[in-house]
Amino acid sequence: MIPPVLWELMAQFFVLSLLSIGGANAVIPEIHLRAVEIKHWMTDAEFAQLFALSQAAPGPNVLIVSLVGWKVAGVLGGTLAMLAMSGPSSILTYAVAQAWERFRDAPWRIAVQRALAPVTVGLILASGYVLTRTADHSWSAYAVTGATLLLVLRTTLHPLWMFGIAAVLGAFGLI
Amino acid sequence: MSDSAAAPPVLRLTLGTLFFGFLKVGLSGFGGVMPFARRMIVEERRWLTEGEFLDVLSLSQFLPGPNIVNVSVIIGRRFQGVAGSLAATSGLMLMPLVIVLLLATLYARYAEIAAVRDALGGMSASASGLIVATALKLARPIRSSAWQVGVCAAVFAAIALLRVPLLWVLLAMCPVSFGFAWRTRR
Repeated sequence: MIPPVLWELMAQFFVLSLLSIGGANAVIPEIHLRAVEIKHWMTDAEFAQLFALSQAAPGPNVLIVSLVGWKVAGVLGGTLAMLAMSGPSSILTYAVAQAWERFRDAPWRIAVQRALAPVTVGLILASGYVLTRTADHSWSAYAVTGATLLLVLRTTLHPLWMFGIAAVLGAFGLI
Repeated sequence: MSDSAAAPPVLRLTLGTLFFGFLKVGLSGFGGVMPFARRMIVEERRWLTEGEFLDVLSLSQFLPGPNIVNVSVIIGRRFQGVAGSLAATSGLMLMPLVIVLLLATLYARYAEIAAVRDALGGMSASASGLIVATALKLARPIRSSAWQVGVCAAVFAAIALLRVPLLWVLLAMCPVSFGFAWRTRR
């Protein structure tokens, strides 16, 4: 017997799977909207912390999805959320892969790629904005966000170093 | 085997090779593994040429779904059909899923400790900065085109400021963006 909340969870990510043009990072505002504001599965702060955890673990950035699932229904929830997020889009990709090679130089294909690029960038920018609003509640937190932003753009330092320093500052109550 | 003696030798990958190859990719990066996937597939093991990989990547980005999962589906399919896709994708996701769920379990156990909560709070401030930086890096190639900047700004405003549901934004903005792209095609 599968609890209703698991069906609910899978239904959410089934839909998101087919809307996630630009990958998992592009749908963070939508995940936040559904998980925090519509379904009330967690608070703003919890969402921000789960996102930080998903970035601190090795692997693809879609892991945020399994952490949302985990928050709702434990390890089973985390696994099913990931399957729901990957399943529909994977089936679509499998079906389209064959046809795609035939249209390599078609004008519409090049236009589609140029059309999707700014949509994707807008979506990921929105993700950054929503995450910053969710995570930062003090000037020092905004300073950490800004410092990370600059370091990533200007240096080749691995982001894990910045996460580590931010975690230490946080643990000492400085953020 | 091959229908032509002149054809280049066909690369044969077993399900195990696909599984373990992507297993390694899944473990190699933090907050995104695409650069590591390219290195393994193109440079180290030569499963695909650079051009073939770019083709796979552009299709993966064009279709919905986590991009790296789409890459594993396409490459798995290319070498072993449905079974290959399943092997590649499960190899990719298995260890990251196990590790992140272990981390989450530890987090739940120690979340009452204020220092643990605050450390994660600090990390989430840093992680948001990383995502903004990722977006700005991706924005570099579109900066010189006025309509692309306009589409990007409209999508951002609709999602971030007005909180319009994603489906409506995509239904409205994708055709508009395609219209611009089509009219300015070379």
